[in-house]
Amino acid sequence: MISREEVEHVARLARLTFSEEELVRLQQELGKIIGYINQLSQLDLSGVEPTFHAVRLINVLRPDEPQPGLTQQEATANGPVVEAGQFVVPRIG
Amino acid sequence: MTGLTESADCAVQQNQGGLDVTKLTAFACRELLASGEVSAVELTRAYLARIAAVEGAVQAFLLVDEAGALAAAQAVDAKPRQERGPWEGVPIALKDILCVKGVETTCASRILKGYVPPYDATVVARLRQAGLIFLGKLNMDEFAMGSSTENSAFKVTRNPWDLERVPGGSSGGSAACVAASEAPWALGSDTGGSIRQPASLCGVVGLKPTYGAVSRYGLVAFASSLDQIGPLARTVRDAAALLELIAGRDPRDSTSVGLPEPVGLPEREDLKGLKFGIIKEFGEGVCQSEVLEVFGRAVAAIEHLGGNCEEVSMPSLERGLAAYYIIAPSEASSNLARFDGVRYGYRAPGCQDLYEMYVRTRSEGFGPEVKRRIMIGTYALSAGYYDAYYAQAQRTRTLIIREFAEAFGRYDFLISPTSPTVAFRIGERVADPLAMYHSDLCTIPVNLAGLPGLSLPAGFAQGLPVGLQIIGPHFSERRLLNAAYAIEQALAVEVAAPVERLAAEEANL
Repeated sequence: MISREEVEHVARLARLTFSEEELVRLQQELGKIIGYINQLSQLDLSGVEPTFHAVRLINVLRPDEPQPGLTQQEATANGPVVEAGQFVVPRIG
Repeated sequence: MTGLTESADCAVQQNQGGLDVTKLTAFACRELLASGEVSAVELTRAYLARIAAVEGAVQAFLLVDEAGALAAAQAVDAKPRQERGPWEGVPIALKDILCVKGVETTCASRILKGYVPPYDATVVARLRQAGLIFLGKLNMDEFAMGSSTENSAFKVTRNPWDLERVPGGSSGGSAACVAASEAPWALGSDTGGSIRQPASLCGVVGLKPTYGAVSRYGLVAFASSLDQIGPLARTVRDAAALLELIAGRDPRDSTSVGLPEPVGLPEREDLKGLKFGIIKEFGEGVCQSEVLEVFGRAVAAIEHLGGNCEEVSMPSLERGLAAYYIIAPSEASSNLARFDGVRYGYRAPGCQDLYEMYVRTRSEGFGPEVKRRIMIGTYALSAGYYDAYYAQAQRTRTLIIREFAEAFGRYDFLISPTSPTVAFRIGERVADPLAMYHSDLCTIPVNLAGLPGLSLPAGFAQGLPVGLQIIGPHFSERRLLNAAYAIEQALAVEVAAPVERLAAEEANL
């Protein structure tokens, strides 16, 4: 149902990596799950509008008034590496 | 955990004074506080003592905030009684998916270990405002993905009716904690059945409100078009009161609209003139025969109360599970992209560049089921598959919504068993994701359609609880809870699990 290459491609898209053992199991499990959900692709649903939210709301607005938000200290308090009020990350590859 | 011994002693004295928390509903707590029979500190200590006594067996909590709870209770006691709100001083416990300012919130995931939210979820702020006492944070399946709470990165919660069985999930800690009388009530969240299924398996009342009735602000997002926060409680009246406390429009959640009318105190005594449709597709061949026997007795009780029951066929619901396992993972793969090791939570050490940091942080931080769902969602949304899977699932969703709308033209409520089976054994379904997914067969269509659904304890099969699911039209919570109240009074099912006896038996083995 799903090839080894596809599993590896999807993993790259999802920013995940798997051991050899995990990949073998995942290919099998995803194959079964995709086989199950595949029943929908066989239905003729042309002309049926897709639903994205069950309770339809359009243009929800609130008054455009400034409200106090988090302070910089609060916003960065959970950062794994923070310097001078900013999140620090490794260099881009 | 120091101080628990002291509070345990204190509660023993309280017990001698007649305060047995296994007998208390939230309304009873409220009355004891209002009459001055107990103080908020005494009540909180009694629950902390109960937690200390049974938590070793149940394992419902990820964090017990003894100091925070006692400080909040002291603040309530310091206020003159006539100046207090009706629920001030009543304890509650919260699923660890809800942000509480200053209290670690992990979603039972390693990737959020140590995360301390700088703000309260809206529901938490509302309960804080109402003066409720937060006992702690409850175990769950990681990021609410699961039906047994076995996907928690930290511990396995056990069913208070049989310690070798799962409590259901993902709000398994919430359901187990209420069944074990560790809190009078709790909050959970429900994306595909995560309040109702564990409520059913643990024999308590669980309500998933209409999508939009309750703000999702501060609820860690799983599938945003399906997620809804709701109460787990011992009684329908407690569930109604807790819903009233948390429901309402919130400018911070643009999908929240609140409820059109106050829920009030459910007091209906009969079901005369009400029509119930029994969903045929969730009957024989899908549910265990013992579950259907208990369900049949609930149907008889509904008819005895004057309700009219007849079978209704809703064939599109059979596609619900497949649609859900496209929609929910798709939304999850997008929502969980935020866990990248930059702003909060876990970061893999020693990474050379940004890409490596993303990949290693996520691969080390997420558990197997979360990764599985991110993979399914990423696959379903990826180029070339979007129309075959995601768009097709959203069209199936439209058909399910239409079928519910048609059924509600003929029936006031729809009913089915909440879960096809009673609580299964720990470990039984871990190796088979599809078998686990089937646990939510009867509850998932309700989320897809955004409807309110309630699980009511209906009785026992093999000594294990069975839940009756009652589904109503959008925003029908008031009527739904009134009908559930009438059925609850007629069935009179015991909700306090005999945890102490089970734990003692286990110790003697």
